[in-house]
Amino acid sequence: MGYTFRQGIKNILRNKVFSLATVATISACVFLFGLFYAVVINFQNIVRTAQSGVAVTVFFDEGIEDARIQEIGQEIGKRAEVSRIVFVSAQEAWDSFKDDYLGEYVDTFGDDNPLADCANYEIYMNDVSMQDSLVGYLQTIPGIREVHKSANVANALSNVNSLVAYVSLGIILILFCVSIFLISNTVAIGITVRREEIAIMKLIGATDFVVRAPFVYEGIILGIIGAGIPLALLYYLYDNLINYVLSRYSVLSSILVFVSADEIFYTLAPVAVIMGVGIGFLGSLFTVRRHLRV
Amino acid sequence: MIILEDVSKTYSTGAPALNNVSIHIEPGEFVFVVGDSGSGKSTMIKLLLRELTPSSGRIIVNNTDVGRLKHRQIPIYRRNIGVVFQDFRLLKDRNVYENVAFAQRVISVPNRQIRKNVPSVLSLVSLAEKYKSRPRQLSGGEQQRVAVARAIVNKPPILLADEPTGNLDPRTSWEIMKLLEQINRDGTTVLVVTHNREIVNAMRKRVITMKKGIILSDQKKGSYIDEG
Repeated sequence: MGYTFRQGIKNILRNKVFSLATVATISACVFLFGLFYAVVINFQNIVRTAQSGVAVTVFFDEGIEDARIQEIGQEIGKRAEVSRIVFVSAQEAWDSFKDDYLGEYVDTFGDDNPLADCANYEIYMNDVSMQDSLVGYLQTIPGIREVHKSANVANALSNVNSLVAYVSLGIILILFCVSIFLISNTVAIGITVRREEIAIMKLIGATDFVVRAPFVYEGIILGIIGAGIPLALLYYLYDNLINYVLSRYSVLSSILVFVSADEIFYTLAPVAVIMGVGIGFLGSLFTVRRHLRV
Repeated sequence: MIILEDVSKTYSTGAPALNNVSIHIEPGEFVFVVGDSGSGKSTMIKLLLRELTPSSGRIIVNNTDVGRLKHRQIPIYRRNIGVVFQDFRLLKDRNVYENVAFAQRVISVPNRQIRKNVPSVLSLVSLAEKYKSRPRQLSGGEQQRVAVARAIVNKPPILLADEPTGNLDPRTSWEIMKLLEQINRDGTTVLVVTHNREIVNAMRKRVITMKKGIILSDQKKGSYIDEG
């Protein structure tokens, strides 16, 4: 094992140009993967933040008793789609309306509450894509007069989120295949260069493992290096970019809630290393099996 | 012991390389196999190394039926056979020591053992002081001696040499043959495929003469005969 591992390292040093090309390719793929991952995670975070503000509002029949309103609240709270319910009394609804729209004209209404029948529940969901099923259920509950939903906002956010996820997944898969193809070429060239040595090894009585292992180690080592470089670069760039954006455009901080670099790399780092090692391992293994009939 | 029983080999092109060849070589023998190009000598070496399998017949080497070996058994089988080629087949990017040590490393001999075995075998082939030289810094004869050292460092009971003097001048060819003879005296069975008439005639060893895949003659203390 020690010998085959050392041979793997020697292969890398012997074919410096091809090794560099492979590391550069894997690095490019992992870098792009990391970039997409960071974009997707941040986008999802922004969408999630926006979605958490999307609520379905239900209004009650005129003259409904408080006890019934409480019952309805408990029933709704049991639904899987619901994350939390906020009760807004008629007075709270009027106060909020006054603050938002009337300003200096508020006195013209005196003590009247034009929204006397507008007590409501604001129902927040775990996932806005569940809105339709929740609304369908709410409309069947006796005592509920009207259900207001934010269909457009919810659907748009949900659709964009799915689209970004699918596009990213597609691009990542393509990059993965390209990487495997390129590392496979590098290893194939390594095998061609060492054909004589491999032939001698076979005649001396080397097992398949001893013949193949250096190439597989070579791929794995190149994969680890190829993952490490872009990870370090991404961390540096991402951290600095967020700090720059938030310090330069502080007004955006209430709209764009960025995920911290540490939080992103907590998942990205192991995934990228596994990806790099996986590309190196699979690429070299397939090539060795195809080109090395030992 | 090497036994070929009615061995035939026909290539996929349809060309017969060996035709019902039977040979029996005792342990410790020194045997020359001679013949023109296309006589089947190299095919025989490839069959003995299990690079090829016979189309029919049986090959028994050290009680192993070579034709029936499973893929995973081949490396173990080959460790009992040393092999030397006309073109030396040394690793050009490694020095003499590493070329010989290579044969031990690929079969996982411990480093401590390699450090003992390699200098010892290099002394045997009179190259102890050149252990740091690269193949390109050596003469043809020296390169072939490195190849012989590599072939015997694992102490195989059988040594196959395919035209070992083909690229060497007469004096150097003699040195190599003397080396092979010495290895044979130490108990190794040696089978040499060659064209070298002078050496075959001078050494008075067993000579198997082949032509177009069949054995023309098999003489105990033979000489190189023209097949006509």
